[in-house]
Amino acid sequence: MKKAFVPLLLLTAAMFAYAPVIIAHADYESTMGLVQKVMYFHAPSGMVMLISAVVCGVASAMYLWRKNPSADRVAIAAAELTALFGLIVLVTGPLWARKAWGVWWVWEARLTMSFVGWLIAVGYLFVRKYGGPGSDKLGAALAVFGTANVPFIYVSVNIWRTMHPMTTVVPTLQAGMRGAFWFSALTLFMLYGLLLTARIHLERQRAALDELYLAEEN
Amino acid sequence: MIRRLLLSVSMLIVAAVPVWALQPPAAQSEYVPVKDLPPVDQLPAAPLLVAAYSFIWLAAMFYLWTIWRRLGRVETEMRALEQRRQRSGSK
Repeated sequence: MKKAFVPLLLLTAAMFAYAPVIIAHADYESTMGLVQKVMYFHAPSGMVMLISAVVCGVASAMYLWRKNPSADRVAIAAAELTALFGLIVLVTGPLWARKAWGVWWVWEARLTMSFVGWLIAVGYLFVRKYGGPGSDKLGAALAVFGTANVPFIYVSVNIWRTMHPMTTVVPTLQAGMRGAFWFSALTLFMLYGLLLTARIHLERQRAALDELYLAEEN
Repeated sequence: MIRRLLLSVSMLIVAAVPVWALQPPAAQSEYVPVKDLPPVDQLPAAPLLVAAYSFIWLAAMFYLWTIWRRLGRVETEMRALEQRRQRSGSK
């Protein structure tokens, strides 16, 4: 993975740079026009945020159950990326909504639950940084709660009356929009994979440094 | 006679309905400047789209840079610790 990291990063950057060309050639949506093209990055970022929250929760559950330090490293890396992609979702969504809905923000189910999901991820990071001894277990429990929130975020648009487009939008995309969407999604999934790998490596190095300090003390 | 007349009139009305319904929309009687449109319709979409895309680039690049910086700091500390251990081992 170490050897493949830089080439994959360059490939992802190239895909990121090329994505606007594909998006520009995608069909215009009939009612929203140009601003609908924000969706090509906003929706995959939301998907990545939810996947990352699940990765964080599953790794945290494994850490609570088996006390496996590598699971804890994955959890902390995934939590940081949940916060990052959550921030992207919470910034790009209002940029779309300002034109599509006429307002930056509405306290409706999908938006509010996504915001709560992001707050849980940020809360986890604060607990890990400032929680002191035992914060690993407290943070892991919080991450499991964060994962329980994920299905509610996803189905919120289908079970409550909201302004947000429903989950049927992506599976029913027309051919003229489908290619651009999945190209953008693949780019963001690759970016997520690379950032997660780099962040886990950082945690591993930190653990190695701690071991070196312990060895020196002994 | 009256029945025939009523039937003819009603047939005429029924036949006229589709013709009336398929009329083209009324001609534009005045031009409306863009500034008189509702605020949402006046808002240009391109800056919002560019801002969204730029934000993703900046956020991803900034995050990658923070990982690289943190990793650099940890590895510098590891090297310093290794050197200190080697020096104390050789004494």
